[in-house]
Amino acid sequence: MGAITRAAANNFTTNGIILPAGINDASVASISQLENASTSGALTLISEQTASNDANIDFTSGIDSTYPIYKFEFINIHPASDLVTFEMELSTDGGSSWSVTKTSTVFLSYLSEGGAGASVFLGAGLSLEQTTGTQRLMENLGADNDQSLCGELFLFNPSSTTFVKQYIARTNSSQYEEYSNDYHINGYGNTTSAINAVRFQHSSGNIGSGTIKLYGISGS
Amino acid sequence: MSIALSIGNNLTTNGVFTASAVNNTSVTNVTDFASVVGGGNLKLLSTQTASASATIDFTSGIDGTYDTYVFKFINCHPATNDVNFQFNLSTDGGSSYNVTKTTTRFTALHSESDSPHASLQYESTRDLAQSTADKILLNGVGNGDDESCSGELILYNPSSTTFTKHFMARAVENRSDDTAEDAYGAGYANTTSAINAVRFLFGSGNIDEGIIKMYGVV
Repeated sequence: MGAITRAAANNFTTNGIILPAGINDASVASISQLENASTSGALTLISEQTASNDANIDFTSGIDSTYPIYKFEFINIHPASDLVTFEMELSTDGGSSWSVTKTSTVFLSYLSEGGAGASVFLGAGLSLEQTTGTQRLMENLGADNDQSLCGELFLFNPSSTTFVKQYIARTNSSQYEEYSNDYHINGYGNTTSAINAVRFQHSSGNIGSGTIKLYGISGS
Repeated sequence: MSIALSIGNNLTTNGVFTASAVNNTSVTNVTDFASVVGGGNLKLLSTQTASASATIDFTSGIDGTYDTYVFKFINCHPATNDVNFQFNLSTDGGSSYNVTKTTTRFTALHSESDSPHASLQYESTRDLAQSTADKILLNGVGNGDDESCSGELILYNPSSTTFTKHFMARAVENRSDDTAEDAYGAGYANTTSAINAVRFLFGSGNIDEGIIKMYGVV
């Protein structure tokens, strides 16, 4: 007992503060929350949804004023059918309707496995000008077993009632005719109402499989 | 005795340490809060620092633990002037780096003197169409003392045995012709075998210095 006391005393400063030697990974194994830790710029996983032949994936909670930036991550989004787009919609009423007016730009680069394409250009047909139509994040997806889409979308300050709601996205996919497509999408929901829900879907058919994660970026 | 008194002041009557007992220094040796519910943070898996290295290989830590891996390369400086910075992938733990890839590449260029480069273009000589060659991240990196390249590479779900392996990169450099290059590369490794190693290298000559960090997105 005395030995333990002496050993413990060696692990404190003269002010009674625990020295590094007094705490290791085992010591903190039961800590489940770090309330006051500096988390500036850290990602917090808010929710994760895995598709299984779903018509759409909706995030209708967790998008509020808690975080200034929200990030969606797309992992192996696999459509049930060939030649479909992957799209995003925004809502100001918790998902009751998806009809936010948007203006956006899209540019893209692609190359086929056979070497065709090889270009970068403005996707004029994909850009939106004051329309409530869906924001296409990728076109012409392939539905072969090994084909999918990955990427990310950032939504800035969705709860603002002052500013329009800007978003930036980048996606890469296996196109149905064996192209690698690299899409860059930037725009804004032209509303000063708070955005509180986001929907992802294909232009037709179900999302066969895939995972979408919603993160909040704290302190950003 | 005085330490015991100080410790006593940092304990509640129930013997629980108060906030004054622990500060940031106290947890210097803690590397993992295993039970903290988090998510989305970049968990640093490994850091490698080049020192006249032919390659920098990540041959462990790439598995099914994370859906997304992020590599950040910081001030990678070539020993040889005007060389490409590139990467390749392995399905056999680094015994070979020859995975078939289809990738795009486009760049925005601007010369320090405003010419000859002030443009945005697709680079068809540096993309890959079903090729096992190294994927070029940056072209013509200069080896002047203050020249280097930096950027990030995102690799999605490398351990999948169902899907091809998508990646996206964006990087910047001081080119050997005193031009800023903003390079975008993306594509997929056309294999359903798990990717379990990644190699970074210059097209010729060593990586004189530089740091590459590998993170898992928790």
